Amino acid sequence: MAEHTIKAFDEEIDRLRGLIAEMGGRAEAAIENAMLALQRQDQRLAAEVVADDKRIDALEAEVEKLVVQIIALRAPMANDLRDVIAALKIVSVVERIGDYAKNIAKRVPLIAANQHKLEPVSLLPSMGQVAAEMVHDVLNAFAARDAELALAVVERDQVVDDFYDSVFRTLVTYMVENPKTISECAHLLFIAKNIERIGDHATNVAEMVYYAATGQTLPERERGGTQQQEN
Amino acid sequence: MTPMTEEQQSLAVANPKMTARDVKVFYGEKQAIKGVSIDVDMDHVTAFIGPSGCGKSTFLRTLNRMNDTVASARVEGTITLDGEDIYAPSMDVVQLRARVGMVFQKPNPFPKSIYENIAYGPRIHGLAAGKADMDVIVEKSLRRAGLWDEVKDRLNDSGTALSGGQQQRLCIGRAIAVEPEVILMDEPCSALDPIATAKIEELIHELRGRYGIVIVTHNMQQAARVSQRTAFFHLGELVEYGVTSDIFTNPRQERTKDYITGRYG
Repeated sequence: MAEHTIKAFDEEIDRLRGLIAEMGGRAEAAIENAMLALQRQDQRLAAEVVADDKRIDALEAEVEKLVVQIIALRAPMANDLRDVIAALKIVSVVERIGDYAKNIAKRVPLIAANQHKLEPVSLLPSMGQVAAEMVHDVLNAFAARDAELALAVVERDQVVDDFYDSVFRTLVTYMVENPKTISECAHLLFIAKNIERIGDHATNVAEMVYYAATGQTLPERERGGTQQQEN
Repeated sequence: MTPMTEEQQSLAVANPKMTARDVKVFYGEKQAIKGVSIDVDMDHVTAFIGPSGCGKSTFLRTLNRMNDTVASARVEGTITLDGEDIYAPSMDVVQLRARVGMVFQKPNPFPKSIYENIAYGPRIHGLAAGKADMDVIVEKSLRRAGLWDEVKDRLNDSGTALSGGQQQRLCIGRAIAVEPEVILMDEPCSALDPIATAKIEELIHELRGRYGIVIVTHNMQQAARVSQRTAFFHLGELVEYGVTSDIFTNPRQERTKDYITGRYG
């Protein structure tokens, strides 16, 4: 894209995009590390994920400040306007994604305390990996203003939803058969739900990226088949 | 003739006050306007934006034949006011300029009293039956121009003694006094401070619906604030014409985007 006549404007936009890239990278790592901590029952790694979430929150605050400054001082128009508005909305969603990862990490010690080997855990890492990839790809899509890649992320949410359905059924069956594990399984259910929400949030970000890149809004998509199981 | 795009057709207004079709303007050999088609109506303020030399002011001036005063200028195409060709030999140009008034970049009140600045036009056009009648016209015009309360006690003071912003509103009042149908504004705020500018913009908002208003402005924020339709000119072409909020959030043309986001040139 051509440069702005005012160079400082370009520098601010670049800085904004840099902050979002860093934030996205940290959120992605938080998901991966939380899942790794769960798999290995690594409480130190889980504690790190919880502590690192503060940096994600701080990045959100920094982006908000910068966006307000850009709107006030540069009066961005057209794609610039869509970019900064998308940035503002994206960071609040990425912050939520970080919170979900933190919540997963917080549950690790509660599960690790139990000596049972929980079979349903085996599905969760793959599910977490798909969600982390969605977060990774959607932020790449924002960086590259790539509407196609954003659409691909939207479509992939179905995979996460299917995983969730599968984990849900598996856990319910498992709990029926092993009532002593209900407390741990409930945590796993929340973890699965958190990952499912991360997928939804990545999809929301994808919709914002699509709008920022094209100026068109995506039609409201069909939600995955998990909603009837909520509440 | 350049056909209107689908988008332009969907924007074509039900009751155009003025229509321009395939308008070309030449200054001698040089073509300044390259086939512009656009409608102006009473319900929407139309803003013309574009870099210097893009033809926006030249085109604005074709709408009340101000280009007639430039010897080398030649206009092709059709411009109508209420369906009537304004370049037809039968068109009375003085009458036309009363119906299509103009406000310029620099306030240019007559070196006469405030009262006389307003009364001059109605008098030469024979719009007032007597002094009482003229008083009514002067007050109504100054009220519509948002100036009455500031000048009602000093109508005999010179118009040139007013502040820049007041002078510009006086000029708008002067245009209004002859009961125009369309008001053309050529960068009406570029010589004014932000407060005076805001007053003119508020005035434009109030005048909408009563008059067709076309404004040329270099200030894109101003176009965004005051207009409902925006036309972007570049190198004598009408590059893009659309709903103002669309133009400023999602322009279709690369050239429009580059210009309004500050990437031009």
